[in-house]
Amino acid sequence: MSKETIRLKLKVWRQEGPKVKGELKNYEVEISTHASFLEMLDVLNEDLIHKGERPVEFEHDCREGICGSCSLVVNGMAHGPQANTAVCQLHMRHFKDGETITIEPWRASAFPIVKDLVVDRSAFDRIISAGGFISVNTGSATDANSILIGKDLADHAFDYATCIGCGACVAACPNASASLFTGAKISQLALLPQGDPERKRRVQSMVNQMDVEGFGDCSNHGECEAVCPKGISISAIAMMRREYVKSYF
Amino acid sequence: MSINFKTVENSSRLDAKAPSGPLESKWKNHKKDVKLVSPANKRKHTIIVVGTGLAGASAAATLAELGYNVKALTIHDSPRRAHSIAAQGGINAAKNYQNDGDTIHRLFYDTIKGGDYRAREANVHRLAEESVNIIDQAVAQGVPFGREYGGVLSNRSFGGAQVSRTFYAKGQTGQQLLLGAYSAMMRMVDAGKIELLTRREMLDLVTVDGVARGVVARNLETGEIEKYAGSAVLLCTGGYGNVYYLSTNAKNSNVTAAWRAHKKGAFFGNPCYVQIHPTCIPQSGDYQSKLTLMSESLRNDGRVWVPKKEGDTRKPVQIPEDERDYFLERKYPSFGNLVPRDVASRNAKYACDEGRGVGATGKAVYLDFADSIKRLGQKTIEDRYGNLFEMYERITGDNPYETPMRIYPAVHYTMGGLWVDYNLMTTVPGCFALGEANFSDHGANRLGASALMQGLADGYFVIPYTLGDYIANNSLKPVSTDHDAFKASVVEQEERINKLLNINGNKTTLEFHRELGAVVWDNIGMSRTKEGLEEAIVKIRAIKEEFWTNLKLTGEKNTFNKYLEFAGRVADFIELAELMAMDAWHRNESCGGHFREEYQTPDGEALRNDDEFAYAAAWEFAGEGKEYTMHKENLVFENVKLSQRSYK
Repeated sequence: MSKETIRLKLKVWRQEGPKVKGELKNYEVEISTHASFLEMLDVLNEDLIHKGERPVEFEHDCREGICGSCSLVVNGMAHGPQANTAVCQLHMRHFKDGETITIEPWRASAFPIVKDLVVDRSAFDRIISAGGFISVNTGSATDANSILIGKDLADHAFDYATCIGCGACVAACPNASASLFTGAKISQLALLPQGDPERKRRVQSMVNQMDVEGFGDCSNHGECEAVCPKGISISAIAMMRREYVKSYF
Repeated sequence: MSINFKTVENSSRLDAKAPSGPLESKWKNHKKDVKLVSPANKRKHTIIVVGTGLAGASAAATLAELGYNVKALTIHDSPRRAHSIAAQGGINAAKNYQNDGDTIHRLFYDTIKGGDYRAREANVHRLAEESVNIIDQAVAQGVPFGREYGGVLSNRSFGGAQVSRTFYAKGQTGQQLLLGAYSAMMRMVDAGKIELLTRREMLDLVTVDGVARGVVARNLETGEIEKYAGSAVLLCTGGYGNVYYLSTNAKNSNVTAAWRAHKKGAFFGNPCYVQIHPTCIPQSGDYQSKLTLMSESLRNDGRVWVPKKEGDTRKPVQIPEDERDYFLERKYPSFGNLVPRDVASRNAKYACDEGRGVGATGKAVYLDFADSIKRLGQKTIEDRYGNLFEMYERITGDNPYETPMRIYPAVHYTMGGLWVDYNLMTTVPGCFALGEANFSDHGANRLGASALMQGLADGYFVIPYTLGDYIANNSLKPVSTDHDAFKASVVEQEERINKLLNINGNKTTLEFHRELGAVVWDNIGMSRTKEGLEEAIVKIRAIKEEFWTNLKLTGEKNTFNKYLEFAGRVADFIELAELMAMDAWHRNESCGGHFREEYQTPDGEALRNDDEFAYAAAWEFAGEGKEYTMHKENLVFENVKLSQRSYK
């Protein structure tokens, strides 16, 4: 075996469907250290298919950290050990030969398991449709430069807008709270002048939807910020709370 | 070897319906002339939108705002995952905020020229006109574009242009624009005007009396084959770059919806026009599942070079200035590193073919920021490209602030797609194609920052008018999903899925896809030859035969089964690949992304043949095993003079 290849023991969550009991199953895989984590799972799946077994289902698409599809808990950490990195951009050079890796899905009652490592995150869409928008019909906009926004403010709003909707914040939170996700959208729109007319309705409606979906409350653990692949600051949650309180006055 | 197809000159099946009159007033007059549908009548029509990227989300939102009932299907778990999200660099608009001489006509001209004179003038001018409205709309939605300290919007320049007309949100412009369109769409979901159907894959276009009246789709969670009927179908399903297996496309991007529509009568336009993007992270091994793009915007401040000497293995910093070849600046002094993508890609390939490539594989060139960092400071470079630099380091382990990036071309975008008329309607009445899924605006090569522009122009500002005109002009009778056409389609799709699952061969879907990709990359990639294309057709036919007799697939159909999805898509890619080869084989010229080695100027530039090939090739599927028919839409240039593209 060349130095650039490592052998790993995997414990992977397998679950046939939403209402079936799941379990961790053991596998072994040999992989180049230059491969990505998802490419390691591709190799495992090729092996399983050749053996006539069912491959491991997991979500993936862009594989460059922007679509928010990938959603694996690696050794107990949402998206794995590398900070500011979605699991699709985690490379195998961060693992050692002979290591055991446990791979599980996001776990939250608001994110029911579909199959194996795939969960249903449609609750996030419903939170956005409750108010994560500015009501402006196509064609009714004014000239873009008629709205002046200082660079610092625009950059600040941008930082919150980079959320990829992966749900790691929920998976990492001991309360399975969606506060960072919801707070990021509320903060982006609250900072911008375009978001001002609807700010009260927006925060009330989105926070309400978060509760309806069954996400827990935030109790300031800060795990969400630690696992966020885009490094979104927990200050979003503070801003959401201020917006919420202010909305009743 | 025999490659047989029928040819129809000046085809009557291809009425482009471009309005008459001067270029500048075509779209204005058309908007004035289109028939309108009253608000009370819009409520009676269901519009099926397939795909929720920039084109699909913007169309769904806008049509719902107007009062239509929209059913929006996406293969993803959320509309926000569509691959538009990954576009990095920016979006063009002829705002002329920089006072540097930009006009709508100049954006039109750059796009026509950049496309190597193989696009329809009227469509491209409309695109340039609508570009300015997109920026206004996006800002109103809260899209956080980059700004100057005074509060106005920032611009950067992009390849193929000498003005700064590109708007951007750091290196995440696609994400921000998609989230803007997605939020507009979700607002209409909340209003009850859009029914959002996630994890649905369109498998067939259903026609009744030759008119598109719905789709059949697989529910990717339950495996159920579902039927959706409506007054029109909008295909906003992106491009087919994944035919190459390795590309910058997302893993789920596919041609299936467009291909199935093609087999139901929608002609496929210019399938051989593919864009190979010059700045991607090079491949590192066989396990590689995709390639990652580094935005073209990097060429604003990065300088492309290779060592002058062949086989120079010194570290880049050890190579003195006078032993470096900044080949783009040397060969194209007026555009330098900002030449269009096809030119930049081809020149990187030449440098590597000469043995001057760098890195472990020798298939890479440097993109160096040292001069810009010296000139502007690291802070400015970080502001402009911070996330791209981080991404590069995460994947390669190298820090581009200290050592130049290594880049190599990769498949990125497909200019070809379903043929559409000026109204974005395919050759199947009632079936429209928007965004990358159609062939319309980029000719043989797309300029940077123009894909976002086209997707959003089609969805926000074109289809609302042209779809209304179609609805108003046709008295469509209601069609139910109990119609025989739907039932027959469901049976056909179920049979196909059963067939895939019951082959029980030895080769996996991924192995077939990789094999296909290698053939397509080698023979229908950056440069093509008659012999290579003939060889490709033989190989592709053999892959197709083996696929249907030796595929190994496990798992079941009535459940989530990603590899079953992949298998269905790879089967379609195999068929498309053969058509691409045939299209590239018949086009005896070089233009834009289609470079035939036999047709080049003495200094290696693409040599067009306008006398014989100034047309769009639209391919008609005649049935399994039957000869294709190639219809020609002659391209008429009244406003630009065809010339040898020069960026020197």
